[in-house]
Amino acid sequence: MTARFAATELNLSNYRTERRYRLMLFSMTAMLVLPVLIILGILVLKGAPMISWEFLFEFPRRGMTEGGIYPALLGTIFIVVVDLIFAMPIGVAAAIYLSEYAPDNWLTRTINLAIINLAGVPSIVHALFGVGAFVIFFGFGTSILAAALTVAIMTLPLVIVATRESLQAVPQAFREACWSMGASRWQTIFAVVLPNAISGILTGLILEVSRTAGETAPIMFTGAAFFLPFLPESVFEQTMALSLHLYVVSTQVPEVPEALPYGVALVLIGIVLIMNAISIVFRSYLRGKKKW
Amino acid sequence: MVASETRTKVLEVDNLSISYGAKTAMSGLNLDVYENEIFGIIGPANSGKTSFLRAINRMDAFDTNMKVSGSLRFMGTEVSAWRNAYALRRQIGVVFPLPVGLPMSIYDNVAFAAKLRGVKGKAAIDEVVERCLTRAALWDEVKDRLDSLGSQLSGGQQQRLTIARALSQEPSLLMLDEFSIAVDPVTTMRIEDVLKELKKEMTILLVTNLVQQAERLADRTALFLSGSLIEIGETGALFEGETQDQRTKDYLEGRFG
Amino acid sequence: MSENTLAPSQLDQRDASWYVDKLVQILMFVGGISAIIFIIGIFVFITKEGLGFLFEGFSFTEFFGSINWRPTSANPTYGALALIVGTASVTGVAMLVAIPFSLGAAVYISEFATGRTKETLKVLVELLAAIPSVVWGFIGMSIMNELIIEVFDVPIGLNVLNAGIILGLMAAPIMTTIAEDALKAVPDRYREAAEAMGATRWQIIRQVIMPAAKNGLVSAVLLGVGRGFGETMAVLMASGHAINIPTSPFDSVRALTATIAAELGETAQGSEHYGALFALGILLFIITFIINLAADLVVRGIRKK
Repeated sequence: MTARFAATELNLSNYRTERRYRLMLFSMTAMLVLPVLIILGILVLKGAPMISWEFLFEFPRRGMTEGGIYPALLGTIFIVVVDLIFAMPIGVAAAIYLSEYAPDNWLTRTINLAIINLAGVPSIVHALFGVGAFVIFFGFGTSILAAALTVAIMTLPLVIVATRESLQAVPQAFREACWSMGASRWQTIFAVVLPNAISGILTGLILEVSRTAGETAPIMFTGAAFFLPFLPESVFEQTMALSLHLYVVSTQVPEVPEALPYGVALVLIGIVLIMNAISIVFRSYLRGKKKW
Repeated sequence: MVASETRTKVLEVDNLSISYGAKTAMSGLNLDVYENEIFGIIGPANSGKTSFLRAINRMDAFDTNMKVSGSLRFMGTEVSAWRNAYALRRQIGVVFPLPVGLPMSIYDNVAFAAKLRGVKGKAAIDEVVERCLTRAALWDEVKDRLDSLGSQLSGGQQQRLTIARALSQEPSLLMLDEFSIAVDPVTTMRIEDVLKELKKEMTILLVTNLVQQAERLADRTALFLSGSLIEIGETGALFEGETQDQRTKDYLEGRFG
Repeated sequence: MSENTLAPSQLDQRDASWYVDKLVQILMFVGGISAIIFIIGIFVFITKEGLGFLFEGFSFTEFFGSINWRPTSANPTYGALALIVGTASVTGVAMLVAIPFSLGAAVYISEFATGRTKETLKVLVELLAAIPSVVWGFIGMSIMNELIIEVFDVPIGLNVLNAGIILGLMAAPIMTTIAEDALKAVPDRYREAAEAMGATRWQIIRQVIMPAAKNGLVSAVLLGVGRGFGETMAVLMASGHAINIPTSPFDSVRALTATIAAELGETAQGSEHYGALFALGILLFIITFIINLAADLVVRGIRKK
């Protein structure tokens, strides 16, 4: 005679409650992430007609209502490159300090607090800082340099956090083994820790690029301009930028064909999403190549 | 007048104390270690054995919590007085309880310390790698795959790799901290044979929780208990019961620890 | 040649690698404190530019009590109250939207979702976080604008509701990620103990896990609020341009951040208006600093009221 387990009333009602909550939570999650897909869909639908070789590689004409976005695209690239030149070394150095050198004291806690705050300061306040510090005080004027420095400081936390995480993931046993052989802190970092943290550094770099390309406020008053007839020739000149272009084209230019801002938005979000996708794919590729 | 043979002291320890914050790991340690001997240190967990090793090669420089006081002389000079602590550590090889293969090729694992020493040129480094892997009883198993990752060898192989790395430093002192706990008995035996050979060229400090291992290998043995040195003596004599402290006898006979 | 044959004093030499090591240590330290230098720098420079206004045209009661922000009129007044309320109302709506959804999503992803679904959801949340602020603003102006006009039958779609929803969607990913981390940090043995007592998944979550993760969840909310307060472009483009205190979610408002962005380009450097905008910046800096400090303290277990 086999024992039979009949579901009690309590079991059934628990099961039903569980199912209901699970469904509710799933729908909440879905409602949060669906917007991404819907937005993308609409942008593609309305913006794709604008995308063409000319759009990407020609100058705008007729007060921005026709032509292409080439100078804005190039300008964004300029700003990103100069930004990286400053943000990567400082960010990686800060991460190395926090992971490999910093003792557990008030200074380290203050540094961490400062990093959180840097990320939390409103982008327009970063712009104000950029104006006060780089445009005026250091005398760079409104320029690619001032804009790039402003964005670099704003996005520094991204590089620091991503790099620090990958440095801390390297097991301490490796460092102790190197130190016991007489390697200095730096020799150990250079030979064992850094090479195994490249994934984090690259992730930080990609996120940095993606974030910088999308920012508007910090570059608005420090170096980006809406209409420039020529491309900049040095870092001390102003430049156009995709993000600012989108803002102005959608708010301040009259008689703009409906598809134009959608096109610009599509290019901008396309760049951002492709960079993030690369980072995601790269990370899962690295997960399969663990060295220990 | 008969010239008495004085043996060189590799380590001279005088009233050494080690603490981590409020916790004392070692107090009032006095001992000497002579050249070319295997000096065994036995004792239960938390007796200060590992702390002692870490004080010798100045690992307290990497640990802000660890405070060392008293006198510890290596090759005649206070370890705290060495101007280049890295040079000090290059003279001392260490084998840890848990095997560590660095995440680089086996070749690079062994070449690492040689390059730190200044060995240059592929031929010279090749020679060091082969010699050290052979002396560590690992060469035959890995000679055809020196490019493979050191971190992916088996535990016993990684421990022998660690020994090869230590040997590539050409150290005057080799310290082993419970090297056999994560290693199979066959490998342990092979490493013990290696140590007996190495004694001729360097001094060996062997910390072990296996009392029999000390009996097999050590010339003299010291018992550490809760941060204090209880007794040092000739290994043979101690194990035959000629102890001066009852606790030593109890520990050797397995009555605690 | 073996080093063994050298005397200790010859071995103990400070070589190039010793000096390189020391130099690197200094460089890394400089990099480490750079964050502190920059934060202090930000505060110093925005105060410097706002000093003129603070000593001349600034009146505490007017700034915080008056809704008349009229910097370009003949008798300029700098009442920031409407702007502050504007920011607060948009952030408030954003939190109403974001908090339940991101906590719900965090719970779902961390406690229910598995394998491919979990990975996909996490990727989507990450992509949501990557969308630039100006693109969100554009969406607010175009899609959301039309949506609100249609659905609610109101004349203007650029208002508190629009900016609030957009801001909510912008803040949600960070909140979800941090909340998720907080839930993941709850030790498994709590779950196992509750399961052993026969509790259902939902009971475990509600009565064991969420209370245990309280600190991290509160911190997530605080950081979301901080994000809302600090957002510039999206709010600028989606909240309309009316400087008034909203009486309904369909009213247009102006936020602190948006005001600075909209007006800075038209001020002369050093003018009173210019200084007043920097004063708004100082206010924003202080508010977000306090919020971030609170979030950090909460995470470290110390309650901040």
